[in-house]
Amino acid sequence: MKRVQFEHSTIPYLFIAPQIIIIAIFFLWPAAQAVHQSFLLEDAFGLSSQFVWFKNYFDTIGDASWRQAAWFTTVFSVLVTFLSLGIALLLAVKANEVIRGARTYRTTLMWAYAIAPPVAGLMGNLMFHPLIGDLYKFLNTIGWDFNHKLDSFDAGFVVVLIAVWKQVSVNFIFFLSGLQGISKAVNEAAMMDCKSPTRRFWTITFPLLAPTTFFLMVINITYAFFETFGIIDTTTGGAPGGSTNTLVYKVFQDGFRGADLGGSSAQSVVLMLIVLALTVIQFRFIERKVHY
Amino acid sequence: MSNINWRIILNHTILLIGVIFMSLPVWVAFSTSTHSAETILREGLQFWPGTNFIGTYREVLFEQGGVMKSVLGITMLKNSMILGIGFAIGKVIVSMLAAYAIVYFRFRLATPLFWIIFLTLLLPLEVRIIPSYEVVAGLGLLDTNFGLIVPLIASATGTFYFRQFFKSIPEELLEAARLDGATPWRFFVDILIPLSKTMIAAILIIMFVVGWNQYLWPLIMTTKEENYTLVIGIKQIYQILSEGGELPQYQKAFALTILATLPPVLVVLFFQNWFVKGLVESEK
Repeated sequence: MKRVQFEHSTIPYLFIAPQIIIIAIFFLWPAAQAVHQSFLLEDAFGLSSQFVWFKNYFDTIGDASWRQAAWFTTVFSVLVTFLSLGIALLLAVKANEVIRGARTYRTTLMWAYAIAPPVAGLMGNLMFHPLIGDLYKFLNTIGWDFNHKLDSFDAGFVVVLIAVWKQVSVNFIFFLSGLQGISKAVNEAAMMDCKSPTRRFWTITFPLLAPTTFFLMVINITYAFFETFGIIDTTTGGAPGGSTNTLVYKVFQDGFRGADLGGSSAQSVVLMLIVLALTVIQFRFIERKVHY
Repeated sequence: MSNINWRIILNHTILLIGVIFMSLPVWVAFSTSTHSAETILREGLQFWPGTNFIGTYREVLFEQGGVMKSVLGITMLKNSMILGIGFAIGKVIVSMLAAYAIVYFRFRLATPLFWIIFLTLLLPLEVRIIPSYEVVAGLGLLDTNFGLIVPLIASATGTFYFRQFFKSIPEELLEAARLDGATPWRFFVDILIPLSKTMIAAILIIMFVVGWNQYLWPLIMTTKEENYTLVIGIKQIYQILSEGGELPQYQKAFALTILATLPPVLVVLFFQNWFVKGLVESEK
């Protein structure tokens, strides 16, 4: 906050009102509804409902398909985060090092940021299409008995590949600007002290990028949790057998397709708690190890 | 010396592989969209453009039943534009006003209101999608632009962005303005807005892309075909393709992915420097 501020009784409320009203109607109210519904059990026709305490929560966590989705979400998030961060970091370091064509590389590596996840999903889906997809044919020619419609590992492979592809650009932009922010003097001093470029990278450059990396981890986990919805919905749709369901996708499927409001609300609330816990963990434990 | 040359070659090789990895899928999508359905079914994906460019895109954009049952591609393009631009402008206005109140005023509820805004960052729309839908349906806002755009503005990314920026503006400005007897409104309009021009441009670009790419919310919000955005069209054509039936129109599906990709990509490329600056500033 500023030391110098306007002292005023009503005007600040007028300025902040639009945001707060929108949040109240379209955020606080629905969130409260989700919590409320998660304690209710509706009858088959949706006519009456009764208060059942934590039954929906126990049902959710006890459900094998929910735990399967939770497990897939974990593996998926870790893979997507590390692969897309790794690829982006490698490309950013190289793009920062080259002199010729640096700008062209920057442009051609970052523009995929603007592609919507479901669009990437449909493109990927068609690339892996059994009838016309070259990737599908290629993988089968090299001896991988590939069938993402039937095999859950192969389906996971497709979803992870598309999700990583979509996320490399944004990580690349942040890493590159982080690298460009490292002062010339630091680089020159490092050159004097250490001949090996690889060691120089890990002992000097990478620690200086730690704040960026930390920030990107938060962004990437959020992406893997939520934004990949569009990718899954236009590729596997959670198939085969729910093996590529993320937690968010399952909330949607149970709530809309299955019309299980209480259960789906309980899932929403559990998901909110997971995200809150993750955020707290990230800020408390990881950030402490990062030196600014 | 030769050692260094090898390193340069290696760098370029890695970068080229990266560029191919990122660009090839979109290039193949474009090339394939310019071939006929028969060719694609017979030969698979295409790496070079064919002769059917005008045919496919005219059908997708301008012909009834070309891609959806009734809605034209050009209408979906218009709907996407409305969503992208409406979202970007709405977000900038609402979040700039809120950030101004938070940074430049001392008032009693400042802290609790700030935390309420912060909370929206942690809980995206996806986790409260069904109750949000019920609220909007209850207000009779399904299939309206207002109901489509305003709930998306609830998340506070823009507010935090402007808050960071305002905090970096020197305090002397406000002191000087107050000595000159400027009212809060005058200070906002005459000093803060002109100072924030680049930032406003950057956030408009980012939010346009975010709005254009919205998927889940428009998907459940729009029930009438005439309100579909291009991104929703993607979902529809995905369903048509998975249902099978007669000769699958893969070239139209690819054309739709290209149409849905082109405007946000052009905006990002055209305003590249602002966009990168804005995106990276949001980190701080």
